[in-house]
Amino acid sequence: MATQHSRSAARIMMAPAVILLLGWMLVPLSMTLYFSFKKFLPLRGGDLGWVGFENYVRFVTSSAFWPSVVTTLVIVGGVLLITVFLGVLLAILLNQPMWGQGIVRILVISPFFVMPTVSALVWKNMFMDPVNGLFAHLWKAFGATPVEWLSDVSMGSIIMIVSWQWLPFATLILLTAIQSLDREQLEAAEMDGAQPLQRFAFITVPHLSRAVTIVILIQTIFLLAIFAEIFVTTGGAFGTRTLTYLIYQRVLESQNVGLGSAGGVYAIILANIIAIFLMRIVGKNLDA
Amino acid sequence: MARAVNTQRKAINTAAAWTVALLIFFPILWTILTSFKTEAQAISDPPVFFAFDWTLENYGVVLERSNYSRFLWNSIIIAGGSTILGILIAVPAAWSMAFVPSKRTKDILLWMLSTKMLPAVGVLYPIYLLFIKLGLLDSRTGLVIVLMLMNLPIIVWMLYTYFKEIPGEILEAARMDGASLKEEIVHILTPMAIPGIASTLLLNFILAWNEAFWTLNLTAAKAAPLTAFIASYSSPEGLFYAKLSAASTMAIAPILVLGWFSQKQLVSGLTFGAVK
Repeated sequence: MATQHSRSAARIMMAPAVILLLGWMLVPLSMTLYFSFKKFLPLRGGDLGWVGFENYVRFVTSSAFWPSVVTTLVIVGGVLLITVFLGVLLAILLNQPMWGQGIVRILVISPFFVMPTVSALVWKNMFMDPVNGLFAHLWKAFGATPVEWLSDVSMGSIIMIVSWQWLPFATLILLTAIQSLDREQLEAAEMDGAQPLQRFAFITVPHLSRAVTIVILIQTIFLLAIFAEIFVTTGGAFGTRTLTYLIYQRVLESQNVGLGSAGGVYAIILANIIAIFLMRIVGKNLDA
Repeated sequence: MARAVNTQRKAINTAAAWTVALLIFFPILWTILTSFKTEAQAISDPPVFFAFDWTLENYGVVLERSNYSRFLWNSIIIAGGSTILGILIAVPAAWSMAFVPSKRTKDILLWMLSTKMLPAVGVLYPIYLLFIKLGLLDSRTGLVIVLMLMNLPIIVWMLYTYFKEIPGEILEAARMDGASLKEEIVHILTPMAIPGIASTLLLNFILAWNEAFWTLNLTAAKAAPLTAFIASYSSPEGLFYAKLSAASTMAIAPILVLGWFSQKQLVSGLTFGAVK
């Protein structure tokens, strides 16, 4: 159908986007790779020559590495668990007939639009502050000792803040998926005598599994990269240093670029493993 | 009888949904309420919800002292500039992929998406270094470019999804009537594509506005947008909850309103068309 003319025109039209993204990917990536094999300390001597895989070995064997991986996994896993579980419940609730559904949807989706630095600061100060925070008031009202949220339960607090930001996203996607569920199929099952729980387990859950997978994959990519929430609340202290934050500290705080770059390569590999799964699903969808 | 039961169920659903929704929205509501309190009322125990002396003083202080308008202006330029630039580059690409698909179109689309998965921290130093070399550090131009590149895959994808829904026959008919490629785009495609472009614009503006890795790491004083302005509140001096709330409210209010309008596009946009 397409003529030779339109095909070459199409190529020209695609070129700027493709070239820009190719540059955006290749230039920094090859620089990161380059630095990762060097001893490079911009403030203490600059480029001190090639060191082979030393940075890679040092990054993995440093005492901060495994804790940071565990922290990352706990935050990502915790937030996924909370947002998917509550998201499914909330999506089912929002799908029921009710008054003011539009307003309810708007209220529920709102946290997603709050910039990360604002939500981190609001939670840190106005809710979790052990003296003046709302939680402290609440605890005191019940005669309990206020909790030092961001130092004593630092991980729980961060998971809670991030979950609050991402629950709307999970809910909205799951709600969209539920709404596309075939009503007739549910009614047919009901007529055949399937109980509400059976209908949920054998029709709704399988229908949602795809949406849940997508929620998990997309959130994982964003959650692996969370930065502002930690930067503003704990600054990586109290066991909340994620892999992202560790690399940030190596590169910009201690200005050890070689080491940080090796860490960056690890982070890229980790993200790519997850990305491959996401691509498969999205790619399948393109064929459909 | 059945109707009475239905009304009752609806009432229960309504009560449950509103309770949960208000709980989720509460931190935002509380921030907005606190922004109208005095500093003493902002930390009073027990907390006051509505029965306080409403004041606009905090907004005045924030606007006056912190040069809020400069940060706001930076946010608008950076988010707006990166989004518009991204759309200008993405429209032709998405157009050609949707209407002149080749065997490689799918691969190119997936490859574009894969660049989005690159963790920013992995390339932090190279970008930082390039910014120093090119004199882009702490400049709005630099952030416009980086955020444009960061959101370009999403922009291309969203536009592609919308363009694909435009029936190709219309274009063929125009082509048969002798319309040139340029006429095709300007007179036929653009009017049909405007709703899709508008929602892409909206969603990516929101994403760029809230972006908080590059904006925190590549700016200092001159080009810092609202994300950095708010982050500067993390080391407070004295009483500041009401002022923090006022600043926060001003930073999120415009985007919250835009977000409410774009919530429907959010799903297909952020799942790259995999959930509709």
